[in-house]
Amino acid sequence: MTNHDDHSHLSDTELRVRSLESLLVDKGLVDPAALDAIVDRYENKVGPRNGARVVARAWSDPAFKKHLLEDASAAIDSLGYTSTQGVDMLVLENTPSVHNVTVCSLCSCYPWAVLGLPPAWYKSFPYRARAVKDPRGVLREFGLELAPEVEVRVWDSTAELRYIVLPERPEGTEGFTEEELAELVTRNSMIGTEKAANPNAGDS
Amino acid sequence: MAANTPTIDELPSLPRDEDGPVFREPWEAQAFAITLTLHEQGHFTWPEWAERLAAEITAAQAGGDPDLGDTYYLHWLKALEGIVASKDIVSPDEMVDRKAAWDRAAHATPHGEPIVLR
Repeated sequence: MTNHDDHSHLSDTELRVRSLESLLVDKGLVDPAALDAIVDRYENKVGPRNGARVVARAWSDPAFKKHLLEDASAAIDSLGYTSTQGVDMLVLENTPSVHNVTVCSLCSCYPWAVLGLPPAWYKSFPYRARAVKDPRGVLREFGLELAPEVEVRVWDSTAELRYIVLPERPEGTEGFTEEELAELVTRNSMIGTEKAANPNAGDS
Repeated sequence: MAANTPTIDELPSLPRDEDGPVFREPWEAQAFAITLTLHEQGHFTWPEWAERLAAEITAAQAGGDPDLGDTYYLHWLKALEGIVASKDIVSPDEMVDRKAAWDRAAHATPHGEPIVLR
């Protein structure tokens, strides 16, 4: 982008956002500091870390896991992570014979409250379309090759219902603390495009 | 429609690690935060919002947008402008006037200084 003078320039899109925000501030509907706090919360604080702690708790505490699978929203709330979106959540458990993948083929509904903001590819049309039609092919592109006998289940989110995948607990993690376990839970493992990190496999 | 869509491998900026950018530009995060704030204040429900956003995305696709994720927040912004207009929160006329004011302010501001409305 070039400027023909030494003055400032805002793109049309930036002008639209600025205009909307300043009108809302003038009307007393929006507090700029509150907007910054939201951006900060979703960009840095929530991230996928809340979700990772939920998964780590489920791996370590069978009673919590049972609660989580029966009533995900209440179980997640019980850890202090409330969903501001007011939607129901369902946790899908991966097992040696079933692998779950989540997608929103219509737009990109995503459990922000526990996973932070969605990655760009999740919002892309190719992912949305192909995850439904060819989930094994998509998983392969993410580097996840599933044995033919593993059933792949694709879950299409709606505005009222969001999904989180409960990945399998990696082998060799007996005796790990919840904190250590949470480190193994990647964002993608809760979307279903990869498994939780294997602590014995080194970095990859 | 799906026949012409690139595969995930052909997406130039596909983040495969934990640190993939979630907002490509600050305005995307601002638009997101404005929407969440208005929703939290009860101006619209989340399903209502999701429906409007989906309609914008569907319309963009019908208009030829390959929809690779990079235009996502443009659709988001359009949906946001639409919902505040339909709820009589901010009218299109107000937006036109305010945009012109910001544009003038930007041009009157030496490069590198914060742009403020006077």
